[in-house]
Amino acid sequence: MRALIEFQQVCKYYHMGDSTVTAADHISFQISKGEFVAIVGSSGSGKSTCMNIIGCLDVPSEGTYLLDGRDVGQMNKNKLAEIRNELLGFIFQQYNLLPKLNLLENVEVPLMYAGVGKAERRRRAMESLERVGLEDKWKHRPNQLSGGQQQRASIARALVGRPAVILADEPTGALDSRTGREVLALLQDLHAAGNTVVLITHDNSIAVQAQRIIRLEDGRVVYDGPSDAPEAVVIPRAARAKGGAAL
Amino acid sequence: MSILESLELALKNIVSSKTRTLLTMLGIIIGVAAVIIIVGLGNGLEGYVTDSFSDLGTDTLTVSVMSRGATRTIDVEDMYGIVEENSQYLDLCSPTAGMMGSVKIGSDTTSTSVSGVSEDYLAIKNYTISKGRNLQYSDILQRSRVCVVGAYVDQAYYGGSAVGQTLRVGGTSLTIVGVIEQQSESLEEGGADDCLFLPYSTASRLSGQISSFVVTVRSEDTLNESKTALENALYSFFESDDFYTVTSMAQMLETMTSMINILVCVLAGIAAISLVVGGIGIMNIMLVSVTERTREIGIRKSLGAKERYIMQQFVIEAAATSALGGVIGILLGYILSSAASVVITRAMETTLTVAPTLGAVLLAFGISVGIGVLFGYLPAKKAAKLNPIDALRYD
Repeated sequence: MRALIEFQQVCKYYHMGDSTVTAADHISFQISKGEFVAIVGSSGSGKSTCMNIIGCLDVPSEGTYLLDGRDVGQMNKNKLAEIRNELLGFIFQQYNLLPKLNLLENVEVPLMYAGVGKAERRRRAMESLERVGLEDKWKHRPNQLSGGQQQRASIARALVGRPAVILADEPTGALDSRTGREVLALLQDLHAAGNTVVLITHDNSIAVQAQRIIRLEDGRVVYDGPSDAPEAVVIPRAARAKGGAAL
Repeated sequence: MSILESLELALKNIVSSKTRTLLTMLGIIIGVAAVIIIVGLGNGLEGYVTDSFSDLGTDTLTVSVMSRGATRTIDVEDMYGIVEENSQYLDLCSPTAGMMGSVKIGSDTTSTSVSGVSEDYLAIKNYTISKGRNLQYSDILQRSRVCVVGAYVDQAYYGGSAVGQTLRVGGTSLTIVGVIEQQSESLEEGGADDCLFLPYSTASRLSGQISSFVVTVRSEDTLNESKTALENALYSFFESDDFYTVTSMAQMLETMTSMINILVCVLAGIAAISLVVGGIGIMNIMLVSVTERTREIGIRKSLGAKERYIMQQFVIEAAATSALGGVIGILLGYILSSAASVVITRAMETTLTVAPTLGAVLLAFGISVGIGVLFGYLPAKKAAKLNPIDALRYD
């Protein structure tokens, strides 16, 4: 089966004044359709870089990133915007709902950029809100809702375009543990329904909710395997050297 | 994403920050209102001048003879001859002789204007006699000591019974034989009705110099040809063009109108500067708005907005703000124009009205939208170029 997401020796360099920082150092992995993968790493491990590249917000400096067989590194900004609209659904730590729009309008935004007509947009956005149990709150503005509800609304927005990949960047980071668990359960539901979910987190206890863990450290992959293997949650070497406080 | 959806979004944003939008629009409002008022005032002025001139007759040519007492001059008979020769173009003719001396009525000395003219002069000027009779050819021939006076002289000095009375011009006693119908709306000293006409032959005996001739043309349509014919005839008479000038009221009207137009253009140009300043104000606010909404732009981009959608959204918002300012400015311009008309009419007792034209209104609106697009472009470009990763991280 062809991989949905394929990283081939992906490198990313940032230039900071005179020095060059290597954020991703020859990262290679494949994610197939229907997988639930957590990309784990502490701050500075390169997981944000990975998430930006997977999300087509950035392109690799070197190496190849194939999304659904298409070489994203060769695309221009407009093409990337199209790919984001078509294939990706984002869930952010800070929900990132538009404060001036109500929930329904927020969920409609990706469809608007996809050129879907108004009536169809309404219908699909409402469906999506029903999926996360917020259909009766569609008229509310984001600031009238709790954090958990806002995150569910942002999941509805991520789902509405029927993306190939749902990309969740620390989706529970701003939530208390109970609502965090609810959101994770929702992600697991989505996975069970056949969606591909990529979860980016620094938190091992969140990461183990996924099927598979890709652990990054200093821009390199240090573990790639099932989440229930004992090595999956092992304390990273670098962190252990500093006293193991990272966990 | 269609233009209509962008417009809807833009209006939502405009409504959600009313005070800021109003302040942003202020420059455009003032600029548009000023342009409309000034152009309207210019129109009113032009109309007023046109009316005044057409009272004087736009079918007349005036020949001014410059070289009084010089080697060559033209006498009345020669002038009549020229008019006769060009009778396919020229119709009536009258010399006008300016008089220096003052008019004495009883013991009063007046500032009445005195001219020596022919019997055709009143017809040329479209004046009609309300009492008594006009000057006659025989008066000219006999150098009769008679005159016709304006309605002001009749009313102010004779209580409406001037015919048959006498007055003195430069020491010579003249009998009033007729009164001219009232010309202006109100009788006042020094006005159009404070006048006196006597035969030019009498006037030239009384020290009056024939300084010009008034000639009417057969048709206003051939005014320019008629003027050329007259000029050619005068040139062949004087064998030089240094001694006379021919002016037509229509041409003077044109000159006046073009002067007014230039004035209006200059003033409107100055007013338009405030439109530019207003545009810069819009640009400034849009730049601030782009910074404030960086995160929104990042979110929209992550959800698949192409650069051109972001661009479109900001340009349309700037244009909508500016256009709204334009509409308010137009309304304000109309209100102030009406107010100005009332004030001017009351204060100056004239019929000058400030009349905004549809053209000016459309132009002002077009310019304000154009300014919005023009000055919205830079901020929109900035917004469209934002890197989505940085924009998403922005607080």
